[in-house]
Amino acid sequence: MANKKANSKQQPVSRRQFLTDSGHAACSVGLLGLGLGMYGEQSKTHAALALRPPGALIEDDFLGACVRCGLCVEDCPYDTLKLARLFEPVTTGTPYFDARKVPCEMCDDIPCVKACPTGALDPKLTNIDDAKMGVAVLIDRETCLNIQGLRCDVCYRVCPLIEEAITLNLTQNTRTGVHAIFEPVVHSDICTGCGKCEHACVLEEAAIKVMPRELAKGELGKHYRWGWEEKEKAGRELVPNIIDLPNRMPATEAESLNIAPVGGNK
Amino acid sequence: MSVSAKSTVIGQDAIIEKGWLKTHQWLLLRRVSQLSILGLFLLGPLASIWWIKGNLSASLLFGTIPMADPFLLLQTFFSGHQPDLTAILGALIIFTFYFLVGGRVFCSWVCPVNIVTDSAGWLRRRLGLRKSTQLARSLRYWILAMCFITPLFTGYVVWELINPVSMLHRGLIFGMGMGWSLIIAIFLFDLFISRRGWCGHVCPMGAFYSLVGKYSPLKVSASDRSKCNDCMDCYAVCPEPQVIRPALKGEASGVGPVIIASDCTNCGRCIDICAKDVFHYSSRFANKAEK
Ligand code: SF4
Ligand code: SF4
Ligand code: SF4
Ligand code: SF4
Repeated sequence: MANKKANSKQQPVSRRQFLTDSGHAACSVGLLGLGLGMYGEQSKTHAALALRPPGALIEDDFLGACVRCGLCVEDCPYDTLKLARLFEPVTTGTPYFDARKVPCEMCDDIPCVKACPTGALDPKLTNIDDAKMGVAVLIDRETCLNIQGLRCDVCYRVCPLIEEAITLNLTQNTRTGVHAIFEPVVHSDICTGCGKCEHACVLEEAAIKVMPRELAKGELGKHYRWGWEEKEKAGRELVPNIIDLPNRMPATEAESLNIAPVGGNK
Repeated sequence: MSVSAKSTVIGQDAIIEKGWLKTHQWLLLRRVSQLSILGLFLLGPLASIWWIKGNLSASLLFGTIPMADPFLLLQTFFSGHQPDLTAILGALIIFTFYFLVGGRVFCSWVCPVNIVTDSAGWLRRRLGLRKSTQLARSLRYWILAMCFITPLFTGYVVWELINPVSMLHRGLIFGMGMGWSLIIAIFLFDLFISRRGWCGHVCPMGAFYSLVGKYSPLKVSASDRSKCNDCMDCYAVCPEPQVIRPALKGEASGVGPVIIASDCTNCGRCIDICAKDVFHYSSRFANKAEK
């Protein structure tokens, strides 16, 4: 029978054939894995303006934890979150938002975190004010209206944590000599990165931008300690009996050169 | 594949014997199943009817029942993340379901890529394209291993960067973008390069669900194999034709009629196409009962 023949042609795959086949397969798959790994490493450095939802684990852990289900996206009442598409500068399928387009409204009940089934958005985040989606950075002093001496204040006013995350720092306007400058200053320990400031900035291109914390934050050397904090903790001088030399003040310097110090002579 | 001379009219006998509808009934049911599952997920975003949220990777049914893809969750586990209970429970639910009905029921009744590769397979037959690069059947299991090993080193779920299954399903709900390019690539690959290349040789998800359904009770059986007239139509339409022979031709060597190989997708196409009604849905225990 024709069948019989086909049968005998198919079934006894020789051991050698099997081994070569598997060898080929294993090698190609190894290469594929390597390629994918490299592509993955590349796509990890994502766009500076793509922010993760509230409670997202730090980027490296997040990429291992998120299953790209979009439950957070669907439960966000403001359509803030999006899932990244192929070739977008964010790892494919993961949730992010672009603050300039739609910022996070910092919902009290944090529906996005509640929706996440995997813990990629950490359920330990229960107070939205503790969220750390990013940090606002006043990136362009040359276009910021406030820094140029106008009273725009919009970023400051829209901040949900006004006077805590963002304050106005009063300095003298040296250009006019008579006016004040109210410089918006972001405090990175409190800023949640919701992006309302960036969204609201009245300029064509925002002067204040929210960036992922890994990008924007400085970090102390591991061995660094703030002396005054340690002093407070210890409740005493850290180095006892330190010789206290007299401080040389700018005024003394000015006096010795015989010019009038700033603010006049005492 | 050795297909008989009348390969251009596969299923003609069956259509004459049983009529068009009976020759396509399981195929139609599968399409209905695939499309309505997709439809359910789309109801939310399109019509604000939130019966089910999420996508095939993880979802929430009626706001209470969690579901999650065990294949994906295992990968996140290997990347060093301990998933929350909701996801674990969801994965167990899905695992149990496919353990019972046959792992690759996911492929034939749920997976959206199946429609793409089935169409490529159909067009390939229609155009009479015979040339096909033979890929090792073991390839998908190597890729499956890669999916689990790479997260150990990289710390993230590597396969999800390009997994076309989740990408297509997610894309249809949340926006495809350039994702189409990948789906088109798979279609062309199956059409011109390798017959049943993607689902039959490459896709690690199919390989994973094959293993899930290793011991599933629901099986297709060639219970009336004595009626087989060697028309070869079932081999032509089956996405995993290698699974049929042992069951269909095993009588002489004492092998039971149940298609035991877990690569069988339980799609029922062989049941449809057989003019002699050789195949039926059955259970794996039917083999023992017969002895
Ligand atoms: S806190 Fe509210 S607005 Fe912000 S991402 Fe979550 S659901 Fe959306
Ligand atoms: S809900 Fe969680 S797992 Fe799903 S996409 Fe959002 S962050 Fe990822
Ligand atoms: S083998 Fe993969 S792509 Fe094909 S149907 Fe199964 S899961 Fe879908
Ligand atoms: S043997 Fe039948 S049910 Fe199984 S995959 Fe092939 S055609 Fe589908």
